Amino acid sequence: MIRTDVIRALLALLAMLAMPISAQDAMPPAPYAYNQLEDPAQEAEAAELMATLRCLKCQSQSIADSDAPMAGDMRHQVRSRILAGESPEDIRAWLIARYGDYVSYNPTISASTWPLFAIPVLLILIVAAVLLRRLGKRRSDTGEAA
Amino acid sequence: MRSRLMLWVPLALFAFFAGVAGYMLTQEKNQFVESAMIGQPLPEFALKPAFAGLPGAARSDLLGGKPRLLNIWASWCLPCIAEAPQLEALKAQGVEIVGIAIRDRPEDVANFLARYGNPYTRIGADDISEVQLAIGSSGVPETFVIDAAGVIRYQHIGDIREEHVPLLLAELEKAK
Repeated sequence: MIRTDVIRALLALLAMLAMPISAQDAMPPAPYAYNQLEDPAQEAEAAELMATLRCLKCQSQSIADSDAPMAGDMRHQVRSRILAGESPEDIRAWLIARYGDYVSYNPTISASTWPLFAIPVLLILIVAAVLLRRLGKRRSDTGEAA
Repeated sequence: MRSRLMLWVPLALFAFFAGVAGYMLTQEKNQFVESAMIGQPLPEFALKPAFAGLPGAARSDLLGGKPRLLNIWASWCLPCIAEAPQLEALKAQGVEIVGIAIRDRPEDVANFLARYGNPYTRIGADDISEVQLAIGSSGVPETFVIDAAGVIRYQHIGDIREEHVPLLLAELEKAK
């Protein structure tokens, strides 16, 4: 008897805990969160952009990959802005103006990102220099032997 | 002799990278995405009331006279419950707080305010996070200081704890 009461009370407590979490999804998603644009060309533009925008709530996913409600709202922004005639790069710039470079998976050269682009070039140059020196040496060695 | 030493270079490089990686693992990751809109004018918006008890919120409601707080919250957000007493304390200090409720139902908003108190003068309903995205907010709760000219002056990410109340009061003073 007492045990069923305890279980009932526990269940009631769990139900209360679950309530605010389930409510996050109680609102219908934004119109263009899960609906594609009618024009396939526009939808393709939107899809390409969405795959390169970071979900802010689930930071290792793009908004195209995420089911977080906020990612849905970001997809709605992207699609409705494309529909209104904005270019994908304008929309990216709009988001970067609000969240910084972090929101974009498409890195641009800036004061903080230039080493990303410079280091590979530098490494290739070093390797090329080493190779040239070694090959050049070998050629002169064989030249002497002949 | 020189080539002997050179043999150790790859191992030394590996140890260096392993060391850097190990060190970074012990560093706490900053999960917060800060708004890049600090110092920028608040974007234009007009939101319908989040429930029948209070008017909705528009950009013009945050202009003129004094700095105000713009609180991004939701009834489904647990840290928002923890934050409620601090918002009450700020209200008691004469701070005007305008709320924006994210993806929230009117009955849930009314319930939340009945249970945890109502520090707001207005609450706008942002059903598709459009204002949240426009001001560079990436979650709930977040609190922005908006000066009388409508410029975003400060962003507080996460729930306001007791120790943050004087901080926000100082930021409001600075925004005057």
